[in-house]
Amino acid sequence: MEMEVLNLTAVGPAGAAFAAQVGAEAGTDVFSCYQCGKCSAGCPISYAMDYQPRQIMRLVQLGLKDEALKSSTIWLCASCATCTTRCPREVEIATVMDTLRAMARREGYPYKERNIAAFHRAFLNAVAGGGRAYELGMILSYKMATFELIKDIDLGLTWLRQGKLKFFPERIHGAAAVRDIFDKVREIERKEVAAQREGRPVAHEGTEGHS
Amino acid sequence: MRRVGVFVCWCGSNIAGMVDIEQVKAAAAKMPNVVYVEDNKYTCSEPGQAAIQKAIKEQNLDRVVVAACSPRMHENTFRRTVSGAGLNAYLLEIANIREHCSWVHPDKAAGTKKAVDLVRRAVYKVAKNVPLQRASIDVTKKALVIGGGIAGIQAALDIADAGQPVVIVEKTPSIGGHMAQLDKTFPTLDCSACILTPKMVDAAQNQNITLMTWSEVEKVEGYIGNFTVTIRKKARHIDTTKCTGCGICWSKCPAKLPSEFDLGLGQRKAIYVPFPQAIPNKPVIDEKNCIYFKTGKCKACQIFCPAGAIAFDQKDELIEEKFGAIIVATGYEQWDPSPYGEYGYGRYKDVITGLEFERLVNASGPTEGKIKRPSDGKIPKDVVIIQCVGSRDEAKGIPYCSKTCCMYSAKHAILLDEKIHAHPYVFYMDVRTPGKGYEEFYKRATEEHHATYIRGRVSKVYQKGDKLVCLGEDTLLGKKVAVEADMVILASAMVHQPAASKLAQTLGISYDQNHFYTEAHAKLRPVETNTAGIFLAGACQGPKDIPETVAQASAAASKAIGLLSKAKLETEPLVAQVNEGICSGCLWCKPICPYKAIDGKVIKERIAGGKTIERTVASVNASLCQGCGACTVACRTGAMNVLGFTNEHILAEVDALCL
Amino acid sequence: MKYAYYPGCSLHSTATEYEETTRTVCATLGVELAEIPDWNCCGATSAHATNHLLSLALPARDLAKAEQMGLDVVAPCAACYNRMAQTIHETKDNEVLRHKVSQVIGAEYQGTVKAKSLLEVLAADIGPKVVEAKVQKPLKGLKVAAYYGCLLVRPPAVTGWDDAENPQSMERLMTALGAETVDWSHKTECCGASLTISRTDIVAKLTHDILDAAKAAGADAIVCACPMCQANLDGRQGLVEKTYKTQYHLPVFYFTQLMSLAFGKEPYKLGFARHSIDPRELLHSKEIA
Repeated sequence: MEMEVLNLTAVGPAGAAFAAQVGAEAGTDVFSCYQCGKCSAGCPISYAMDYQPRQIMRLVQLGLKDEALKSSTIWLCASCATCTTRCPREVEIATVMDTLRAMARREGYPYKERNIAAFHRAFLNAVAGGGRAYELGMILSYKMATFELIKDIDLGLTWLRQGKLKFFPERIHGAAAVRDIFDKVREIERKEVAAQREGRPVAHEGTEGHS
Repeated sequence: MRRVGVFVCWCGSNIAGMVDIEQVKAAAAKMPNVVYVEDNKYTCSEPGQAAIQKAIKEQNLDRVVVAACSPRMHENTFRRTVSGAGLNAYLLEIANIREHCSWVHPDKAAGTKKAVDLVRRAVYKVAKNVPLQRASIDVTKKALVIGGGIAGIQAALDIADAGQPVVIVEKTPSIGGHMAQLDKTFPTLDCSACILTPKMVDAAQNQNITLMTWSEVEKVEGYIGNFTVTIRKKARHIDTTKCTGCGICWSKCPAKLPSEFDLGLGQRKAIYVPFPQAIPNKPVIDEKNCIYFKTGKCKACQIFCPAGAIAFDQKDELIEEKFGAIIVATGYEQWDPSPYGEYGYGRYKDVITGLEFERLVNASGPTEGKIKRPSDGKIPKDVVIIQCVGSRDEAKGIPYCSKTCCMYSAKHAILLDEKIHAHPYVFYMDVRTPGKGYEEFYKRATEEHHATYIRGRVSKVYQKGDKLVCLGEDTLLGKKVAVEADMVILASAMVHQPAASKLAQTLGISYDQNHFYTEAHAKLRPVETNTAGIFLAGACQGPKDIPETVAQASAAASKAIGLLSKAKLETEPLVAQVNEGICSGCLWCKPICPYKAIDGKVIKERIAGGKTIERTVASVNASLCQGCGACTVACRTGAMNVLGFTNEHILAEVDALCL
Repeated sequence: MKYAYYPGCSLHSTATEYEETTRTVCATLGVELAEIPDWNCCGATSAHATNHLLSLALPARDLAKAEQMGLDVVAPCAACYNRMAQTIHETKDNEVLRHKVSQVIGAEYQGTVKAKSLLEVLAADIGPKVVEAKVQKPLKGLKVAAYYGCLLVRPPAVTGWDDAENPQSMERLMTALGAETVDWSHKTECCGASLTISRTDIVAKLTHDILDAAKAAGADAIVCACPMCQANLDGRQGLVEKTYKTQYHLPVFYFTQLMSLAFGKEPYKLGFARHSIDPRELLHSKEIA
């Protein structure tokens, strides 16, 4: 990390809006966080992150959107929810990580962890294609995307021999219906992003009803 | 025709900044019965009060309205002002144009309009006021202190020293409370027992103090100056007049149990005194665990008692006594940190609480003061102290700061280094040391005793070999850190006594969301409750350390002494009154009254034809009545009225505001 | 006792032995499994990592089908179970969201059925007593570390059927089978499953920590209730041993495999040959199989 000075006054209302949006989408109060670090201390992956989970919460509170969305943390988070479980302020930190990842993807931020993003894409493509995950196809398409051709060959071959990986995907009858789910979700997201760009308010279901 | 004077206060800019005083004066001048209007920058000041008194005399006023701050602030001031000028104190009304108006309105025109309305309301009401007289009642010259910890002991000693009799009711077998369990006290490192036991002995020897240990308050009736309290004296199964406290009984008792005083780290017998310096030094028999009570056999204690003091057939006694004042000093409990599964309290023997550590380090404790870890008796080398366990954790239902943990954790760090040269690691969130000598004490822990302070909450404690690994984030570094400790001390929160809310209901006092008792005013009446004659001392009102507890105990004692030193108490005349002529005797008012002030009585009445009949009507005990008005709402015939707030008064106010 | 059965993708690929033994155990205990017709993938971590609505819609299509069957769902896979429970939790008191989800899946989802993990059904609903009564071949002398991972018990607001920090349900089942369990520190630590392909280095470290702790606690084997956990702890064990220059040789069982074994099923039918760390040697040495 280079040691740049973060100008807090330059963040302005856009920063406050970012913090509010993260809170609304995640359905949790990001300002409840009092920076105790219990999340980072319990996180099994924090050692590999550029910002500690606690620091991501601080970036959100301060409205430092670019820093948060460009971090490796949001991609490395494995969603184990140890943080959420132990948070003394009942902040749903794991959900905040989900929200930030979704936001980074939606708004075209470059992925700090390209391979992780590529994996998620390959996985979802497989599901969108046949309705179910298809490990072999997914792994191959991931390898094509990341050029990690040699890695895991041993385990892959073993699993093929043991019948753990199948040569052909399971395609369900309702594959079209599942494809349709992906399309509709994409359409809704497109509309919401457009609305946001034009400054129209977007209703976040996260803010209503459930706590 | 009344002659009402209206006095409008500026309160500097507090009122005048948001209310046009001239307009209020002009409007008031036109109100019915108003013959005089005046404004003053500070009506509560001496010149302001003098102006009221002057106007009463010169203008021949018979009623006064002061438009100023809340009556909670200065109603009594102005009552004295008008009575100083010869008017009855109850011919005064306050229009609250500050808290109810200028402070809450952002718009001056609207604020002014509302101020005029509030003044009109007061003018209409004051016209209906009649002179009221205060009555006086006797005071029982004896105080009750509930709880025999340091707060109760201090309060009782102060009251006794002032020459008033006082009874301490303590639910455990001995006085002393939590302070008796502590080893050293911060910030001076005085030995806790060394400074507490002299006070315990004083309390036992003082002629004015009666100790009732192994006793609980069961029922409280009555009112300030005249409480009637029922105390359950639990069966001790010991004739205390014969018992010499020689200790043979508990040395012979075969039933061993975990000691409450040692928090389960040590043992006691079924017949026991909780600790060596207990007062009184007379044992109790724990019926639930006594072999004789369970099986009908044993009686070892009785066989060996040289004084013949064992009394298996002793029963609980209910004692009724009268008191003029009550001090509640029931203290706190240490929170059980088991809900933190991630810290492994209860799973790992060497994860202990702060209070448990006090017993480990105390010479009268289970290890005779040697700091050995519970699992294998090893002397720990690296010790982790985790602060804010429970405290400041909304997920665990304890949102507040327990106030004492920063200091006692620093104390533990110092003791660990001093006594066994262990290295203390303190995980903290903020170090809070706002007390005399406290910051210096914390500094001593870090500089002289080299305690490593790490800013961050520990996320997990787990066993690895014979070490307890504590994972935290050093939030100042932004790095995850691990400490491999031999023992972990959890600075667990101070919470209310389990029965706190039940006692509050018995006493008729209020408590907050955390079940700590509520003081009458957070700043200005910190030791009084909202129930007159009942005062608070110590941690039952909120987390406190010893100095603060002792200070509050003395403050509560001085309030009680002030009350007990009065020959008579004046009562507020603003109480309910029955118009017997129209009371139908339905007594709906009786169950509604929260102060049990209403009862039925039979009156004789002559009716047409010269016959005399008997009929039931409601009757109000003016000493018990607090003037809340619940009965007036329940009364179907309108026979019940609170003096000074009669139905007529209320309707006049409604007319003033709505017509 | 009848459930709508949701096997999930892994049980049809890397975890066929889990699928087979799930059916065996349920048949033995009288738990009827009616497979949800034409079920689709729950979306797993990849869906909720990238799109919130998608992460609710994919499980909701399956839940809506279970609603039509009028049955609560049982899922052997911890990840599938967690996604379903999460969907139910989030839409429970949120009609707007439920409506939105229904629109996306093109079917009415009302939120009337519950989702349970297979472990919950067997450990809590059936209970160790009933299980114990079916045991023919007690797993005497086998010392196992029960591993729950993250998704079975967290977050407690969503799962809540066992303690989130020190769960005990699998231990109770194993004790009922006659096995011994160890108290150990890493039973709810995450193995990093969703990163297994993309950041194998991280998964190796997490898996190493878990295997280390199980070994140190004196376990002969690990028992789990999740195909991701099994694939990582078993399939990645060789890599971990190579990377960290250590030896574990800790077989990783599905709890249903051990239940089947104790119920007297033929060991060769339980899929042990498909493990990377072959457990048969251990079972022989304990004279269990």
